[in-house]
Amino acid sequence: MEKWPNNRAWLLVLPVFVIVAFSAIIPLMTVINYSVQDIFGPGQSVFVGTEWFREMLADKRLHDALWRQFLFSGLVLAIEMPLGILIALAMPKKGWAASVCLVTIALPLLIPWNTIGTIWMIFTRPDIGLFGAGMNDLLGIPFDHTDNWLDAWITVMLMEVWHWTPLVALLAYAGLRAIPEVYYQAARIDGASAWATFLYIQLPKMRGVLTIAFLLRFMDSFLIYAEPFVLTGGGPGNSTTFLSIYLVKIALLQFDLGPGGAFSLIYFVIVLLFSFIFYQALQRVGKGETV
Amino acid sequence: MARIELNEVAHSYLPKPGRNSDYALKRIHNVWEDGVACALLGPSGCGKTTLLNIVSGLLVPSRGRVLYDGKDVTALPPEKRNIAQVFQFPVLYDTMSVFNNLAFPLRNRGINEAAVKERVLEVAEILDLTPFLNKRAAGLAADAKQKISLGRGLVRSDVAAILFDEPLTVIDPQMKWLLRRKLKEIHEELKLTFIYVTHDQVEALTFADQVAVMFEGEMVQIGSPQDLFENPEHKFVGYFIGSPGMNFLECTIEGNKAKVDGTGIELDEETAAKGRNARGKLELGIRPMYLELHADSGDGRVKAAVKGVEDLGSYRIATLMLAGQTLKARLPEDKPLPGGEVWLTFPPKWTKLFEDERLIQ
Repeated sequence: MEKWPNNRAWLLVLPVFVIVAFSAIIPLMTVINYSVQDIFGPGQSVFVGTEWFREMLADKRLHDALWRQFLFSGLVLAIEMPLGILIALAMPKKGWAASVCLVTIALPLLIPWNTIGTIWMIFTRPDIGLFGAGMNDLLGIPFDHTDNWLDAWITVMLMEVWHWTPLVALLAYAGLRAIPEVYYQAARIDGASAWATFLYIQLPKMRGVLTIAFLLRFMDSFLIYAEPFVLTGGGPGNSTTFLSIYLVKIALLQFDLGPGGAFSLIYFVIVLLFSFIFYQALQRVGKGETV
Repeated sequence: MARIELNEVAHSYLPKPGRNSDYALKRIHNVWEDGVACALLGPSGCGKTTLLNIVSGLLVPSRGRVLYDGKDVTALPPEKRNIAQVFQFPVLYDTMSVFNNLAFPLRNRGINEAAVKERVLEVAEILDLTPFLNKRAAGLAADAKQKISLGRGLVRSDVAAILFDEPLTVIDPQMKWLLRRKLKEIHEELKLTFIYVTHDQVEALTFADQVAVMFEGEMVQIGSPQDLFENPEHKFVGYFIGSPGMNFLECTIEGNKAKVDGTGIELDEETAAKGRNARGKLELGIRPMYLELHADSGDGRVKAAVKGVEDLGSYRIATLMLAGQTLKARLPEDKPLPGGEVWLTFPPKWTKLFEDERLIQ
């Protein structure tokens, strides 16, 4: 007997398809559409091909923002990954102290992003902020993130580390707790030092969660917008104008939809490309033959 | 290499143990001579792993002392005890090559690289790991991984003893057999003290010269495999060793006979005399393979009903009812089995008497 597949089941996928279409596919197609046209007003547009892409790729200010962005993400990863692992190693293994630590550490992750920017803006204000006024008046070190580019960078980095290191710490902690006790027992019997235990047991066993932490932190820091926007607005000068801030300037403040669309796509491809490269590289660490 | 002595060792995982049942290990007093292959046999939760961890130093016992060659090591951590332990699941440093895995315990102890290399190659040869030395340890099969764990113990020439904690659990059956033989070979070659924890009686009885049977935190009997089979000192040993386990029948003693619900079973003089003096609960015990079955009645034979027969290939197990109690008998494959009713002989030599679960001696 021939079996008739019941194709009505496909209807069950429809809601998801509609949601994904509205949340991802249609916006993406719109952006692609913008990026190849010069739009003068509603209903007045000209197809321009790759002109906007060529223009954006040659844009000096985009280059600067891109290098700034790489520096920022690089610093974020260089600080947050080791720091997160250190915090996870130092956390209590069980009991009420472990719960208290987990909740306390997770707090910054629960605060809305632009609130974080506001908190740090006030915290570091040279006139009334605890940190800013403390530096200037108590320690006598001039500190003003609205005036000095280095101070602005320090403030943004501090905020970012405070905000996101907990994520790395929580992931690393989960990874550490998943290591069976017997590995530590074997290491003790083999006479391994604490450092050797870390290097040959804890670090390799955490690879999975650390890969996720690394990718999440790379992507999020590369796309960062709300916090620096609230804190410094991209200044002083252009010193904290990251890609997303520059993009919003072009697309929404100057309303250059064509160049903005092209910029968005370039931005998207960069994030995708680097995430892919990092993922592949991290998967390969510690695999294959050794000599 | 060392003689390992446990002096009045007891251990509880509770901070303030009170009652006897709070103890995972209740008073273990035992000596393992240098170079012995000993098995610790017992069911899950009987305290065998606890005992092993006390010997290796992963646990400090609540009471008692551990001595290596007469030297008190109770307070020493494992890295200071020259002990090696192979765990149930293979523990490897997966980012390292097999060579580096084997070299790891030596390098940690600051031995120079030339000596490390020589020793690792030697041990790899013994364990047939030479072709894998440059491979990454993570990619190997379970039995090779377990050999590496063992190898990390063997590389240390000063190792006092190697402790095995159910090392063959995750190995395929056919590899299990090979690996067990390898262990035996290594023991004979290197004359190291091996202490082997298992719940599998076949493993224990084939591997060890001396088997200690553990039950509820106690060593109930220590002896050769043959001893444990023929003279179980505790009801648990009789029941745990042998397949199927020993038969136990509640009885009373009248003269030279053990009475099981009115049926008299002949005992030897000595056993019967001791049984008459006993005050506790008496049970008669006999191994299934020593029960003799006959088709007709005769002198000293007792009647039993056949309830069922299981064919296990090379032998058969008959389930019998004797005066309301169940018995198992092991029969050779070729011997015809009378149906319905049979007549049993209990050879006095193999018929044991137990008082409150312990053998009357």
